[in-house]
Amino acid sequence: MDREYEKVAAPKKGRSRQGTQGKPGRTLALILIAMVALTGGMFASGHNTPRLGIDLAGGTSITLRAVPEKGQESAVNETNMNTAVDIMERRVNGLGVSEAEVQTQGSDNIIVNIPKGTDSKQAREQVGTTAKLYFRPVLATEVSGAAASPSPSPSASGSPSASPSDKPTEKDKATPSGSATPSAGATSQGRALTDALKADPTPSGSASASAKASTSPSASASPSPSGTPSDDTAKLQAAYAALDCTKEAQRAKAGDGVKANEPTLACGQNSQKQWQKYILGPAEVDGTDVDKAEAVFDTQSSAGWKVTMNFTDKGSDKFAAITGKLAKNQSPQNQFAIVLDGDVVSDPYVNQALTGGSAEISGSFTQDEAKNLANVLSYGALPLSFKEDSVTTVNAALGGEQLRAGLIAGAIGLALVVIYLVVYYRGLSLIAVASLLVSAALTYVIMSLLGPTIKFALNLPAVCGAIVAIGITADSFIVYFERVRDEIREGRTLRPAVERAWPRARRTILVSDFVSFLAAAVLFVVTVGKVQGFAFTLGLTTVLDVVVVFFFTKPLLTLLARTKFFANGHPWSGLDPKRLGAKPPLRRTRRPSAAVDPKEA
Amino acid sequence: MSKLGNLGARLHRGEVGYDFVGNRKIWYGISILITITAIVGLAVRGLNMGIEFQGGAAFTTSKTSVSVSQARSYAEEASGHDAVVQKLGTGGLRIQVAGVDTDKADQIAEKLADDMNVEASSINAELVGPSWGEQVANKAWTGLGIFMVLVVIYLAIAFEWRMALAALVALIHDITITVGIYALVGFEVTPGTVIGLLTILGYSLYDTVVVFDSLKEQTKDLTKQTRWTYSDVANRSINSTLVRSINTTVVALLPVAGLLFIGGGVLGAGMLNDISLSLFVGLAAGAYSSIFIATPLVADLKEREPQMRSLKKRVLAKRQAAAQGDVAEGAEPVETSYDAEPEDATPAVVGPRGQRSQPAARGRGRGRPSGKRR
Repeated sequence: MDREYEKVAAPKKGRSRQGTQGKPGRTLALILIAMVALTGGMFASGHNTPRLGIDLAGGTSITLRAVPEKGQESAVNETNMNTAVDIMERRVNGLGVSEAEVQTQGSDNIIVNIPKGTDSKQAREQVGTTAKLYFRPVLATEVSGAAASPSPSPSASGSPSASPSDKPTEKDKATPSGSATPSAGATSQGRALTDALKADPTPSGSASASAKASTSPSASASPSPSGTPSDDTAKLQAAYAALDCTKEAQRAKAGDGVKANEPTLACGQNSQKQWQKYILGPAEVDGTDVDKAEAVFDTQSSAGWKVTMNFTDKGSDKFAAITGKLAKNQSPQNQFAIVLDGDVVSDPYVNQALTGGSAEISGSFTQDEAKNLANVLSYGALPLSFKEDSVTTVNAALGGEQLRAGLIAGAIGLALVVIYLVVYYRGLSLIAVASLLVSAALTYVIMSLLGPTIKFALNLPAVCGAIVAIGITADSFIVYFERVRDEIREGRTLRPAVERAWPRARRTILVSDFVSFLAAAVLFVVTVGKVQGFAFTLGLTTVLDVVVVFFFTKPLLTLLARTKFFANGHPWSGLDPKRLGAKPPLRRTRRPSAAVDPKEA
Repeated sequence: MSKLGNLGARLHRGEVGYDFVGNRKIWYGISILITITAIVGLAVRGLNMGIEFQGGAAFTTSKTSVSVSQARSYAEEASGHDAVVQKLGTGGLRIQVAGVDTDKADQIAEKLADDMNVEASSINAELVGPSWGEQVANKAWTGLGIFMVLVVIYLAIAFEWRMALAALVALIHDITITVGIYALVGFEVTPGTVIGLLTILGYSLYDTVVVFDSLKEQTKDLTKQTRWTYSDVANRSINSTLVRSINTTVVALLPVAGLLFIGGGVLGAGMLNDISLSLFVGLAAGAYSSIFIATPLVADLKEREPQMRSLKKRVLAKRQAAAQGDVAEGAEPVETSYDAEPEDATPAVVGPRGQRSQPAARGRGRGRPSGKRR
């Protein structure tokens, strides 16, 4: 008892026992500084509002499920899913969509979110179909750009003259590989496709190769300006001349809707990050012919990173045919382009027929470049197809309506809680409402900041989570206030009551918040889709609740307990001992003991 | 404030109180009855699963002049399946068609837009393949299972296994009741419902944990005195946290009520409505179970411990002796267990209480660390 009152008499002494009660002003300042810093960070980052999910902002959200081919159930793994995500991202963003986002969810789902203002139907077609990966012979190519566009129209002979200037230094090169690599060392700057001499070319393979070689040059639009170019060829030539690959819109359109067996136009970036345009012949090998592709680091010949490919039986035949044909040609027609969804991702040149079912592309790759190329190549070989599991289209107007409804619901909920608190706790509700506001502000700022950092998007379930969290947050104050009131009922004055109530309230708050957080965490980890957004908000607000109670509510109450209004138990303070029914110690002895004492004796 | 505040004060002092533990059999009975009803309802009527779980399409239009019956006939014509049409608070319509796959749903959307004379892009479409809903539901069940295991482990460590068990029973009780009500009333089950249900998990336990926390504190050193049995103290814990429980429930229900009002009244249907409805039902069940089921259950389990049994014997013997003494003296009526106040020898009242002769209570008070108190 003595110690208790000493503390009141000398508030500055002996406070270091418990951190938060020691310097309430400092703790308050700390959290306010943190808030200002976070808010400043929000404004500095330029993301002043939380990113809105598709259901609130409008747009299309597609959930795809990976379906493995029969007998290859293990194909649904992280690597393959990530490859698929990469490819889909390319495609969706190739539509000229800004901010489309593709991500994996759970073990076998991919979520594609396409914001409003995009042709959602086209987007769905894009993500729904399997990737189109082709190996096409290069007929003509040149660096594309504003300066390069006025090229003489029908004479494709002009283009080879443009390209050789940079070709020797930056072109990929295809060469035979295997233990005896004749040219690997020789071409240190070029990228080479080499033949792994593992399997012997089958006789039938070479036969078909020659057959094809004889037919395809005539079928493909020959770039030679002489003779009488057919209508199609002339059109292609004209389009090629007009094509400016530095413009995104044109890039997206180039080669759109062209069948695999027709020549086409395409764009691609060379190793110097310049856009290059191409006329490509009909596809000779497609992605499904690739059995496996991976990036490997060549330790033996110091060639650095390279990509190895293995073809299926059918693929190796076709590949042998095209390389055999290309090797006879002059640059750039000795190159083949690896075309993914209309984009040239690589254009190695070939200097001999590559038979044997496997090959490698080497050159001055960085690790990332090699991996990307391998990813692209393996996508054609992914034994996965994707099925639309759910498609949600929300137009912007309805999305806005839902957002508004959610906000109104939140405002109503908050108002009801505030009214209840004011009626029940009177002056104390000031602290509760201030704490709720701090909590709300922190939630808002953190959500805004999480948008760009972890791609957090506020969707309707998340709004619900935040509204439900008002209750959890308010409950912490209730636990604490009730404790303080109990202490006052015991006959204590406010200041010791506030300090004595805290350790117990703190424990209760921590235990119960932990359970709530546990629920949110489990939900977040285990579930998918909408449930996850909800769980995330709930977890976030639970953590913030603890922060606010510890660093704001408690110090604020300690400070206010020093004011006359609260300390003297003003009827409107919510801590009036009389209203709380506190018994002065003297009265206490009479009432219960009269009843109890005889029994106890 | 005053009424509830005074009630709080009287509850705190033990002037009023309800014998939750003593009357537990009644509440167990009621709960068992409700649970059986819920299970029977579930078995007989089953749940009304939304299109998210069985696969299908839901279209939402903005304000339109097309009537509900007209829209239904359009939808049925376009899809060849039964359609459910609701009018929304916004003046729009919500049209649900079950059992169509995502490809077909596209055509339906176009046809609907054509029939209703609105632009196809102004119709919100939600197309769900049947396996997706199954997956969402399965993952939710998995989450539920993992969460229950973790919570039982945590409560067993933080409190004790009896409390963990009681909390688990209360939790299952809440979920069963909520699901049962959904089956009986025929509310549609959507992912929103599942979200609401999963939130109840946290909330119901949150409530229970607060009561248990108080119980744990009050029953410390219980065996060192002979005035109260475990059940008495458990009862007091419930009563003294009653005001908080009521406040918490009210404060939790108010925002949910706001959601329900907006979700149901203004939007008509959808995610907000689904979540808040299941929350509303579940929260009410949760508050009930933490007070009427969980704590009495702990008391029941606890009283089986030999230690507690002997304590009870001692307490009862002592009370009987006291009662006989009373009769002999012709003084006081027999006191019921719950209307006695918690007698703690706290510093603030040490002086006055010194006048009393309460060996047992003082002995217990001394055994307590001064900083800890319910």
